[in-house]
Amino acid sequence: MAGVAETTAAAPTGAAASTPAIHTVELTKRFGSTVALAGLSMTVPRGEIFGFLGPNGAGKTTAVKLLLGLLTPTSGEGWVLGQRIGDLDTRRRIGYLPELFRYQSWLSAREVLAVHCELAPLPRSNWKGAIDGALQTVGLAGRGDDRVGNFSKGMQQRLGLGAALLGEPELVFLDEPTSALDPVGRHDVRQIIRDLASRGSAVFLNSHLLSEVEQVCDRVAVVDHGRVIASGTMDQLLSGSAVRVRAAGLDDGARSKLGDFGPRDDEGEQMTFTSLAPDRVPALVAQIVALGGRVYEVAPRHQTLEDRFLQLLHEDR
Amino acid sequence: MTPSIVIARLTVKEAARRRLLLALVVLTLIVVGFSAWGFNKITTVTGRNGQPLDHTEVQVITSQLLIVVTFMFSGVLALSAAVVAGPLISSEVESGLLLSMLARPVRRSEIVIGKWLGLAALVAIYAGGSAFLEMAAVDWATGYVPPHPLDLTLYVAAEGLALLSLGLLLSTRLSGITGGVIALVAWLMAWIGGVVGDIGQSLQNDAVANIGTISHLILPTDGLWRGAVYAMEPDAVIATLRAAGTVARANPFSAVDPPPVAYLAWVVVWFASMLALSIWSFRTREI
Repeated sequence: MAGVAETTAAAPTGAAASTPAIHTVELTKRFGSTVALAGLSMTVPRGEIFGFLGPNGAGKTTAVKLLLGLLTPTSGEGWVLGQRIGDLDTRRRIGYLPELFRYQSWLSAREVLAVHCELAPLPRSNWKGAIDGALQTVGLAGRGDDRVGNFSKGMQQRLGLGAALLGEPELVFLDEPTSALDPVGRHDVRQIIRDLASRGSAVFLNSHLLSEVEQVCDRVAVVDHGRVIASGTMDQLLSGSAVRVRAAGLDDGARSKLGDFGPRDDEGEQMTFTSLAPDRVPALVAQIVALGGRVYEVAPRHQTLEDRFLQLLHEDR
Repeated sequence: MTPSIVIARLTVKEAARRRLLLALVVLTLIVVGFSAWGFNKITTVTGRNGQPLDHTEVQVITSQLLIVVTFMFSGVLALSAAVVAGPLISSEVESGLLLSMLARPVRRSEIVIGKWLGLAALVAIYAGGSAFLEMAAVDWATGYVPPHPLDLTLYVAAEGLALLSLGLLLSTRLSGITGGVIALVAWLMAWIGGVVGDIGQSLQNDAVANIGTISHLILPTDGLWRGAVYAMEPDAVIATLRAAGTVARANPFSAVDPPPVAYLAWVVVWFASMLALSIWSFRTREI
């Protein structure tokens, strides 16, 4: 087995600073016979909020770990902030909130952040300001001296986010950053992500919370079975339209005859045709009625990210 | 401060915050207190003639009892080192605690070395502190001081360090419980291997004696323990053992000779190999 990449390189030059935040070419990772990531090729520009979407087990966390050098790729190449993945010095400019966030329960929040300041490493004279700023940003200003072991999961996730923000990183990886947060916390995180982007940091947001991604991301890639099945700006991805229909009296047999109208998300009487042009709505309604259905509501609308996501997965399988 | 030192400091702080140090200090003080009382009783015991034991008899009995008490201390140290080292890396990998730290500019070798240094400092402090307290208590109770107190402390500390090194290596790949149990079983097997080797020596059977030699090479805990025993034996005891010939060698609580220099050199190589293996194992582990 090859060693996990740990190399050192010179500090980035002016040319390197203009390179993309992330660039990968056919990045592949296999665990035995299981393909976790199958040829990931993508580019994340600097200063953008990049959403990496996919169902559970699609390879999202594997991609982040590869980009951070925690895993070694089976094949392919990747560059982060202009340096090959695994470069030690580059990690000085990266922040990371893992999906599996856990911090030393026997330390205070302030002490945990001090450890990260030391490992980052930040100049000692900056520690207090950086720690106070991080605690303030993530809403833990009054809890800095409390033991992490007494924190709720949401507070620990906030602390992890604070650790990821230390040192004003140029690139921040957030792996499911709101999984333990309440709606207020989620709102706060969205604001933090926007603030990061506004000061020029790139944010790589791994999430399956589509509404969250839709609200903050400039660009999105959808991954399934270890492959990117669609990518682009939000406008490019969501150019289609969807139709929501409320209809009663359709059994499974009748519903199966609606396949001509594209991918469909069934929720009882509510059906969403996730990719259907408005000019086909009359034909759809006629078909439902012909199958014995009673139509109560038809609402064409722009595709949401969820519509598009379900459509892409439907097409991929 | 280098990442290794940061990690080492964290390891020591964790032991302190989790009250492991406090528990060891309190237990040590209790044992030292009881043993001081017990050793003091030796000076008041009367022999068959109804008279108190003479100075030489007190010294010999004290030295033998001190070997047994030290065996207990070395056992506590070895068990603690194995139990603490077993989950040292694996539990932090499993819980995800290491993830955010490894995303910093920290080499995996620095994590391994830092963990080893932190735990080694704890082992050294415990070995030094408990040896000093016990020897001071025995000196107060009986006036006896082992002939080589520094050697004794170093050998006991090295025995703990050996278990710590084995536990750390196992923790780079195995779960904490599995690693800890394997380290403990290995420690017991090495001790039994040493006893079997003693029996082989007393019977002058090379094949059986070689079992002890091989076990001392694979895991040097028992070999180091024999060094500690030798450091505690007064000249009179060593002379008696030598006079008794090979029969005297069939005893895990006695040592006729100190460990040879070549063996101590091997122990140094063994420690370096364990640390190198641990670094390689963790570097090649996918997290």
